[in-house]
Amino acid sequence: MKYEELFSDFNRGKKTALARMITLVDNEEPEGIEFLKENYSKRKDSFRLGITGPPGVGKSSLLNHLIDYFAKKYEKVGVIAIDPSSPFTGGALLGDRLRMNRAYENENVFIRSVASRGSLGGLSTSTENISQVMEGFGMDIILIETVGVGQSELDIMEITDAVVVVLVPESGDSIQAMKAGLMEIGDIFVVNKSDREGSDRAVEFIKSSLSFKKKENEREIPVIKTSASNEYNIDILAMQIEETQKLLIESGALKQKRENRKEKEVKDILRDMFIKSIDKHLKNMENINESPYEKANKILQKTGINFTEDLWKKR
Amino acid sequence: MEKKIRVLVAKPGLDGHDRGAKVIAAALTDAGMEVIYTGLHQTPEKIVRTAIEEDVDVIGLSVLSGAHMSIFPKVMELLKKEGKTDILITGGGIIPSEDMEELNKLGVGKLFGPGTKSSEVAEYIVDWHSKNRK
Repeated sequence: MKYEELFSDFNRGKKTALARMITLVDNEEPEGIEFLKENYSKRKDSFRLGITGPPGVGKSSLLNHLIDYFAKKYEKVGVIAIDPSSPFTGGALLGDRLRMNRAYENENVFIRSVASRGSLGGLSTSTENISQVMEGFGMDIILIETVGVGQSELDIMEITDAVVVVLVPESGDSIQAMKAGLMEIGDIFVVNKSDREGSDRAVEFIKSSLSFKKKENEREIPVIKTSASNEYNIDILAMQIEETQKLLIESGALKQKRENRKEKEVKDILRDMFIKSIDKHLKNMENINESPYEKANKILQKTGINFTEDLWKKR
Repeated sequence: MEKKIRVLVAKPGLDGHDRGAKVIAAALTDAGMEVIYTGLHQTPEKIVRTAIEEDVDVIGLSVLSGAHMSIFPKVMELLKKEGKTDILITGGGIIPSEDMEELNKLGVGKLFGPGTKSSEVAEYIVDWHSKNRK
């Protein structure tokens, strides 16, 4: 299909065009990048909600109910479900839809499964770009689900407006170890599968763990017990999400967050462009026993960029 | 970024034998494809909606219930209605060879029976992709 035709189909709200545009952007094809430029100023300010947590805690099942809730409230709901790609084969098994059956009851929901792939900018660039396509399509809310391990924790925080961290009763004992990652990024915490033993204790653990980092005048971060399979407290969770959204808007924090995001996007793209454009130099490098710093310096000199040693100190 | 082959592996209808579909989904993943697996009891409508949203190149249907003569044509018809005629429909299960032939005539791709090597399925899809997608 021609790009012009695709573009007009997209603007007319055709889902097939949205799906293809996401593919073009995800593959970083020239038309995809072109679209991102044209689309940028036309986007809607969709509220982006991240849902993350360790594997197997029930993120997709919770999302299934949240999709239903928001689909009844809003006109257009977008979902991005991210699963890891194999670093060895490049393949990915995307199984999040398995749990999202309620979406099929709602015509206004659009779900896209995304493989993390090995893109240079990391997960954040591709998810950011796909979110922008969905915003161009006029989504009221975009729900982004990802497994919260390693670097992706930070990524999800940076590309979304608010984050729900999902844990299970058994997570309690390991929270101490998680402190440096997951525990710092949540705007809302959920103990899912709370019909199982130890859920109250887990809530206490999380609350006490969060109390250490709470600053004065800051609101207390909600910790909610849910059970996706019993549909327990889904409405409470949804209400807390809306409350959080309201607070973020009223305090101006949402605006600030989005401003910060713009700077990061430019940096990510620059990094990506830079590495791509010096790739040939990297490949032609002589295999001499020289420090990587010296090699990097040599390549940089070829590009004409002046890097002085005192820049190392600057942050 | 290289183009990834995106495949939807779905299990339509009422039979609950999903082992084959799971094995194929895993094998295609190992072959470097991005596989969307949606599980049991999918209706043709759900399958087509998923295929559209996920913008897949290939749909693989596993049918062991004997309903293949109604499911495959129905999926094709719904796709046509949405203007998505460039997707390869393939699959497998317990399908008699004369039915396979008839489905092939309708535009369904190769269908695989019991005993097929999973690598054969992957090769077929890679081959189709290289010929039909630039």
